[in-house]
Amino acid sequence: MTNYLLRHAQAFFSSLGGLARAPIASLMTIAVIGVTLSLPTGLYVVLDNIQRLSRGWEGSGQISLFLKRDTGAAAAQKLADKIRLLPAVAGVEYISRDAALAEFRRLSGFGAALDALEHNPLPAVLVVRPDAAHAGPGALESLAEELGRRREVELVQLDLQWVKRLRAMLGIGQRAALVLAGLLGLAVLLIVGNTARLGVLNRRDEVAVIKLVGGTDAFIRRPFLYSGLVQGLLGALTAWFFVGLSRLLLSGPIEELARLYESEFSLSGPAPMAVLGLLGLGGALGWLGSRLALRRHLREIEPD
Amino acid sequence: MIHFSHVFKRYPGGFDALKNISFELGRGEMAFITGHSGAGKSTLLKLICLLERASRGQTLVNNKNLMKLPRWRIPYFRRELGVVFQDYRLLLDRTVYDNVALPLIVAGARSREIPRRVRAALDLVGLLDKERAYPVTLSGGEQQRVGIARAVVNKPPLLLADEPTGNLDAALSEEIMDLFLDFNHHGVTVLIASHDQRLISRARRRVLELRQGELVRDTGAAT
Repeated sequence: MTNYLLRHAQAFFSSLGGLARAPIASLMTIAVIGVTLSLPTGLYVVLDNIQRLSRGWEGSGQISLFLKRDTGAAAAQKLADKIRLLPAVAGVEYISRDAALAEFRRLSGFGAALDALEHNPLPAVLVVRPDAAHAGPGALESLAEELGRRREVELVQLDLQWVKRLRAMLGIGQRAALVLAGLLGLAVLLIVGNTARLGVLNRRDEVAVIKLVGGTDAFIRRPFLYSGLVQGLLGALTAWFFVGLSRLLLSGPIEELARLYESEFSLSGPAPMAVLGLLGLGGALGWLGSRLALRRHLREIEPD
Repeated sequence: MIHFSHVFKRYPGGFDALKNISFELGRGEMAFITGHSGAGKSTLLKLICLLERASRGQTLVNNKNLMKLPRWRIPYFRRELGVVFQDYRLLLDRTVYDNVALPLIVAGARSREIPRRVRAALDLVGLLDKERAYPVTLSGGEQQRVGIARAVVNKPPLLLADEPTGNLDAALSEEIMDLFLDFNHHGVTVLIASHDQRLISRARRRVLELRQGELVRDTGAAT
């Protein structure tokens, strides 16, 4: 057993030696793997961030009731009180026409245009926050429908549709990331496979001699598999580095944008599990690529 | 040790390298295969170490039926033979020590045993002081002795050599041949392909002569 482990350790270190003996070629391979893997990883990080951002919005599904113009302040308050008593409702905020105007003036920057109007064009609004237990899409929709039937209500707006649409788009994005990851994974297989192929062909005579003295294919393959594994792992590390670098470059502008939207959002990198997954995938692809390439070429090289 | 019976070897394209070869080489025996180049000497050796498979006939080596040996068993079978080549086939980027150790490493020998056995093999061929040298720094005769050390390091019962003295001058050739005779004295079965009549008659061992793929002369078991 220790003998077996020792032989594997020897193969491992001999593969490291092989990589170190051709540093330029090894670095190129690792860099190519890094760039290739960083594309799907970056896409994954972006999607993950959007999902995290939209999760905050989803819970805030709220119903806006735009009241008819002729509803007075007292009637509006009375309606608010009535709605507040419904079991599905957590709270109601009344925004009078004047308050709405003030808020619009403050946020929109169209103050001067509003001044030109004789009348306040904005209706009063009741913002209904549903109870957490009734925040599901179906419950929200039936609540909105019910509230819409009130006499004073002109228009009901349920801010949910776009969350659904975003979700659908994210779904497409995730599928696209998967497809891209599949294609680029294939590219990594080919890159590593080609490196292993060149390695074997470069050492054709050595492979032939080892076969002559009774070396099994597994013995000959071992250092190549280890070097594929190491290249894949280092490539994955490089991809992680590239993604981290991109995040660093983007985080400034994004925080700036978030601040303009009064959000605390900041771009987060891949989670530890995702990083582990990336490294595992890189290593596995490196190993598999070498394995597939060697399968054919080791048979071809026979001593004569 | 070697048993050939009605063996044919036809290469793709229809060239018959060996025709109806039958002979037996007993355990501990030593023999030469001789004949002009192209007579089939190398092909015969290749069949024995399974670099080629016979087209027809029965080939038994070390009690193994080579016709039925599956591909994955070939490496294990080759560990029971030592093979020496005219062009030495050494790994030029490794030291003499590493070259000789290769069959042991490949076979998964215990790492504690390897230095002892490598040095024993190098001692047999008189190159103990060259273990740190690289093959290119050695003379042809020395390189061939490294090749022989590599062939015998895992103590195979059968030693094959294909024109082992082909690249060496007369004096060196005699030295190399004496090594083979010495191994034979210690019980190793030896089969050497050579066209050097002077060396063959000097060794006074059994001779198998091939001509155009046919066995035309067999002097019989040892004199």
